[in-house]
Amino acid sequence: MSKYSANDKGFYGDFGGAYIPELLYPNVEELRQNYKQIIATDDFQKQFKSLLKDYVGRPTPLYLAENLSEKYKAKIYLKREDLCHTGAHKINNTVGQILLAKALGKHRIIAETGAGQHGVATATVCALMGLECIVYMGAVDIERQAPNVARMKMLGATVVPANSGSKTLKDATNEAIRDWINHPKDTHYIIGSVVGPHPYPDMVTQLQSVISKEVKTQLLEKEGRELPDYLIACVGGGSNAAGLFADFMDHEEVGIIGVEASGKGVETNESAATTILGREGIIHGSKTLLMQNTDGQITEPYSISAGLDYPGIGPMHANLYKTGRGKFVSITDAEAMEAGLELSRIEGIIPAIETAHAFAIFKYLDFKEDDVLVFNCSGRGDKDLDTYRTYFGY
Amino acid sequence: MNRINRALAQDKKLISIYFTAGYPQLEDTTEVIKRLTDSGTDVIEIGLPYSDPLADGPVIQKSSEQALRNGMSTKKLFQQLEGIRDHVDIPLIVMGYFNAMLQFGVEDFCKECEVIGIDGIIMPDLPIDIFEVDYKELFEAHGLKFIPLITPETSANRINTIDALGDSFVYMVSSSSTTGGQQGFGDEALSYFKRLADMQLTNKLMVGFGIKDALSFEQASRYTSGCIIGSAFIQTLTKTGLDGIPGFIQSLK
Ligand SMILES: Cc1ncc(COP(=O)(O)O)c(C=O)c1O
Repeated sequence: MSKYSANDKGFYGDFGGAYIPELLYPNVEELRQNYKQIIATDDFQKQFKSLLKDYVGRPTPLYLAENLSEKYKAKIYLKREDLCHTGAHKINNTVGQILLAKALGKHRIIAETGAGQHGVATATVCALMGLECIVYMGAVDIERQAPNVARMKMLGATVVPANSGSKTLKDATNEAIRDWINHPKDTHYIIGSVVGPHPYPDMVTQLQSVISKEVKTQLLEKEGRELPDYLIACVGGGSNAAGLFADFMDHEEVGIIGVEASGKGVETNESAATTILGREGIIHGSKTLLMQNTDGQITEPYSISAGLDYPGIGPMHANLYKTGRGKFVSITDAEAMEAGLELSRIEGIIPAIETAHAFAIFKYLDFKEDDVLVFNCSGRGDKDLDTYRTYFGY
Repeated sequence: MNRINRALAQDKKLISIYFTAGYPQLEDTTEVIKRLTDSGTDVIEIGLPYSDPLADGPVIQKSSEQALRNGMSTKKLFQQLEGIRDHVDIPLIVMGYFNAMLQFGVEDFCKECEVIGIDGIIMPDLPIDIFEVDYKELFEAHGLKFIPLITPETSANRINTIDALGDSFVYMVSSSSTTGGQQGFGDEALSYFKRLADMQLTNKLMVGFGIKDALSFEQASRYTSGCIIGSAFIQTLTKTGLDGIPGFIQSLK
């Protein structure tokens, strides 16, 4: 067990826990009591591995991006999560959680989604398993991620608009939690990131840690060593980052870099850079860093990318930040869009706008020429074509 | 004796009303409290509005949003309540979400409550294990009753654990739902109310969520000490303003 993992009460240092209304206690407690044991069974492992391999398309390649390496003078690898079925890392988690839901005898699945990637990944596994699927999505996100809304519907899911608050990911999550309160027996809530009450942050990290495990094996093959010098991933809630960091956190010589969205800039009121703008507080049942006013009212975040438009970060990341184990950088809309364009032009890979944030760090960080960098290329840009087109005027 | 226990000791079914502070207008808070008291309300829950009220349905979400837009804040609420004890002697309970308390400072929050003459606190998302270890002594030192929640899904074991945490009343959530959700009570709800009454807990029982009129009030208080009404009261405030208060309380009897 890593010293940066959750303890048995779900705390990462000062962060985490389960600050939930008693109304949710039975649901969360059932999961807490069972998740480790179910995940450990041979049956689960066999099905999980087999689906990841043949359905998701794992292992995903670890690709040496030579042009990018040349340009930024470092050895840059991309972990190609964008090549997963449905186009992002999100499906690693939903495959795992749907198997858990089945083991727990649940037949109704709910989820929240921001960019729609997690919603699509949930709708996909529900279609596969024949389970009812309801996805909550902020009304604003329904507009800016239209292709994913259509995909969810085609997959048979019901998409319910969240019209409260900022009408984005935070509000979709509130609505999903309220739904779960209203359906305590037959429903499993598939959270899409390493957020929410214990055991979600730990459970989702475990399910995403396949990324980290593959990187180890692949680096050994390509570089003759398991450990890179730096790991870099964008952080909305932080699941693709947690998946990449998981098995490396205890190796202190591996640098960990989380990339947040600063939207129009941290000095504007339109940002989602939680480590800079946040303070300790409680959101969605977890104590973590959180953007809020002095009264503890949660601030409405902003980012051009729906998947990073969240006012908190997972408690594991809050702890990595506070302990100094992880370094966090924030990237504006404009910087991310340019980085997305650059990756398209020099590597022929159009990344999701979330992912593009990670590739914009070179302006802020210096690397040595022989440094081995592993970027989580968390998702592909198909869902964002409208936004890219409008932005660049194509 | 704490005013809550004094009220619970009466031989009557208590009417407890929840309202959102700073709604409909920012400065309505104390006037709502006074009119509720004059109309025969037995207990008042003053809701500190929160941006993300997870346990609440649409009615209380909207009143909270409006109150926040009106300028309500923790500090403002405590200012408004200064001197309220010159006018009102029924139990006053503050209900809110834990993050607001945490940001104000839990100890400072308790102190302010004590100075004002608040009798108890309901924080749906402050889990009982954390309350017990970190805050129980503090609450007691400031004369504040912690009102825990239970639901139809709460196990007998856990009910006993919860019962041991306090000595006033337990907030029985009528059904597995957010506030304002229930459409009348069936046999299942009634047998849950009775099952709890039969457990003979140390704490008295008050039922909340989904009570809206004389019928639901009678059903939910049949085996318990009374009911807590929130969404239906907020809807009355929205429709008829403060003038609707006496009529609403009368309609429950
Ligand atoms: C491609 C992609 N990357 C990253 C994220 C952000 O989520 P997380 O921080 O949990 O990885 C999303 C969320 O929608 C996404 O679609």
